[in-house]
Parts: sequence; C-alpha cells; structure tokens
Amino acid sequence: MTGYIALSATDIALAAVFLLFNAGLSLSLQLGLERKLLISAARMVVQLLLVGLVLKSVFSLGSPWFTLLIALVMLGFAAREIAARQNRQLAGTWGYSLGAGAMMMSAALVTVFALTAQIRPDPWWSPQFALPLFGMILGNTMTGISLGLDTLHGVLVREQRGVEARLLLGAPRMQALRPVMRDALRSGFTPIINAMAATGVVSLPGMMTGQILSGVDPREAVKYQLLIMFLIGGATGLGVLGAVLASALRLTDARHRLRLDRLRAPRS
Amino acid sequence: MLRVETLATELIGPVSLTVGAGDCAAITGPSGSGKSLLLRAIADLDPNTGHVRLGQQERDQMPAWQWRQRVAMVPAETGWWADRVRDHFDPAHDPLPMLEALDLAPALDWEVSRLSTGERQRLGLVRALCCAPQAVLLDEPTAALDPAATERVEALIRDVIARGVPAIIVTHDPAQAERLNARRYRMDKGRLTPDPGK
Repeated sequence: MTGYIALSATDIALAAVFLLFNAGLSLSLQLGLERKLLISAARMVVQLLLVGLVLKSVFSLGSPWFTLLIALVMLGFAAREIAARQNRQLAGTWGYSLGAGAMMMSAALVTVFALTAQIRPDPWWSPQFALPLFGMILGNTMTGISLGLDTLHGVLVREQRGVEARLLLGAPRMQALRPVMRDALRSGFTPIINAMAATGVVSLPGMMTGQILSGVDPREAVKYQLLIMFLIGGATGLGVLGAVLASALRLTDARHRLRLDRLRAPRS
Repeated sequence: MLRVETLATELIGPVSLTVGAGDCAAITGPSGSGKSLLLRAIADLDPNTGHVRLGQQERDQMPAWQWRQRVAMVPAETGWWADRVRDHFDPAHDPLPMLEALDLAPALDWEVSRLSTGERQRLGLVRALCCAPQAVLLDEPTAALDPAATERVEALIRDVIARGVPAIIVTHDPAQAERLNARRYRMDKGRLTPDPGK
C-alpha cells in the first residue's frame, strides 16, 4: 500500500493539456466543437470546486437538517433533468413531480436502508456517507426513470391506434398498455443491467477506482462496490417501475380511456 | 336498443339518437363534421357528458371495458399490436365462419405487416363482430374495399343486424345506407339531424 497521494494544482492543470490539444485540433479542423468543449470543461471546474466547498462545510457543520436540505436540492436537480430528457413529458406540474416522487420513493428509501442497516455510520445520517451514497443512487435512478418515461410516452403516441384497438375490444387499461409498459421498463432497466454485466471485465467502476487510488485494499473496494451496485440496481428498479406505472395511470383514466391530451407537445 | 341522450364532448354535440334492436342508423356528413368523434364518444373512448343506454343498462353504471365488449366500435383505421393476425383475436370466440364469409379464411396465419389496407379493414371488423357484441358502431366499414368485397361485408353486417343488434354506421355512400335499409342522419359541425334524403 502506497497510501494516498495528494494532488497539486499543477498536476490538475497538466491533466488538462490533452483537452486543450483537442480544442486546438477542433479549431484548426473547423469542427466547431472547441467552444462547447471549453465551456463544459469550465463549468465542470466551477461546479466541482463549489461542490467541494459545500461538502466540506456540510461535513464540518454536521447538521441533519442541512444534510437533508442538500439532499433535497440534489433531488430537485435530478427531477429537472428527468423532465428535460424526455421528448414528450406529462403536461403541467406532473412532468416534474412524477419523476421527483418516484426518485424520492426509491432512491431515498434505498439510501436510508443502506445507511441504517449496512454501512451504519455514527450518526446514521452522517453527511460524509449519506450525500455521496445518495448521489450515486440518485444519478442512476434518474437515468433509468428518464429512459423509461421517454420510451413510455414516445411509444404510446406512436402505438396509439394499437392501444385503442385493444381498449375498443374490451381490454381494461392496464392490459391494453402492457406491451408498451414492457418496452418502457426494459429500456429503463437496460443501463443498470449492462453496467452490472460489464463491471469488472470492461470497466472498473469509478467509485472502486477512486478507493483503490486512495490506497484502499482492492478486496475491500470490491465489497463496497458490490454493495453500491446492489443498492443502485434495487433503487433503479423500484424507481423505474414506480414512475412508469404512475405515468401509465396518469395517461389513462378511470373510464379506461387513453389520455394523450395529458402529454405536452414534443420538443424540437 | 341503443339510446343516446344529449351526448357531448368538447368538439361535438349535444347529440341524441335512438337505434332500436335490429335497426341501422347511417350517418353521413362532410369530413371533420364529427362523425368518428360521435362513435368514439358513444364507445366512451373520449371524455364526454350525457347518457348512453343499451337496453336497460346505463353505460356509466358499468366499467368502460365491459361497455365496449357489449357495444363494439370498429374505427376506420384499425389498430394492431402483435406480429401475427391470430394474436389479435379473442380465443374464446371462433372467427372462422365470418372469415370464410369474407373469403379470408387463411388470414389468421398471416403477418400483420403484409396485410393490405382492405384486408386490415375486414379483419378488424371480424375481430370485433365475432365477439358477439350487443350493439355495433362501424366507421366507414367499406371505405378501402372493391365492390365485390363491399358486397360481402354488407351481407355480414346485415346478418348481424338481423340478429337484433342495433348498428350505427358512418358512411360516405348514400347507396350503402339504402342497401343496409338504414335510417339516415346527417352530421354537420358536430350536430346530428335526420336526413330528409330518405
């Protein structure tokens, strides 16, 4: 074990050399990517520096309420991201609140479960453990939910005639929507299934890599990674299922009608 | 008997109409006048207000899926959700006699993707009619068919009506209303009026 090697500002600046090289390349080949590349790199620097400051102060404050507040802000950003990633989203506040509700239900539940039953820091809400864990689970749940909802809404619009044909033949709404919901669930589950299958063979997960780089025994890092992957898988599954089911109910009504009027017009 | 009272949606109505057992009502009217919307409203596929009754049964007293099993609507463009034709038919009912009457007996083994427009229209009709509905709402059931096929479909519809099933048919062809011995109505800007044409 070599232990933890601290990085200096020069090290980080040096690491950006290749990125700058890419920007130069884009400029000389007139790809038009250099602006986007530099802006997003600058955004990343500012966001991460700020997050570092915020996390440091949250850690040193050690207040459960402040931890909760940060978690809610993260949830809000994730909900906005879910809404933004759908070509057709639910009209009104539903577009935002349904994703937030599904994430709250799944990601928050799983995080609290992991903190109180497995990792058990003292106190259990300790921000040093709670926030990074919540962030990882939230990020993956968010991706799953946005894919699931995007598929559900897109396919429903495309297959409207087929769904209505089943309704007209006397199928209850959940039966009529079943093939579409299956598509939506499959697409929401795909990233986490792929990630689990490829983990360790193709890619070393970022968190595990980070632990190994900071000097932790790889076998310990693997245990942590397994725990995290199970939690992420479970939370994504719950979140996708909850969101797709809720949205399917919202897009039909008690008289078993398809209510595509409750979708907003597509972007683009 | 199918009785429609002051049925209205955001776009059509109020519409009142009664079709007795074994009777047929034919609705004509310009495109966009709300003929298809009226059928959708009766089938409760679009939000609507008003009353619809089948015999003594009030529509809103039963689940919508049960209503649609009794009052079958066949839209002008039928929808399909599986690859094979067979998977769209309720296994509890035998469609073969009706398919034979339309000269489509082997169609159950076909792929939906290779069906012609006319085949889709006729198979969609059989799919609904073979479940023995107690009333039927047909939206231009012969629009994509040649005269010979139209004749077979009309014979099938007459058979169904003769069993005492009330039928509402949207058509562009006044002669079809004549052949089905239907009372004629005209839809214009969402309002239904008896057509003095007959």
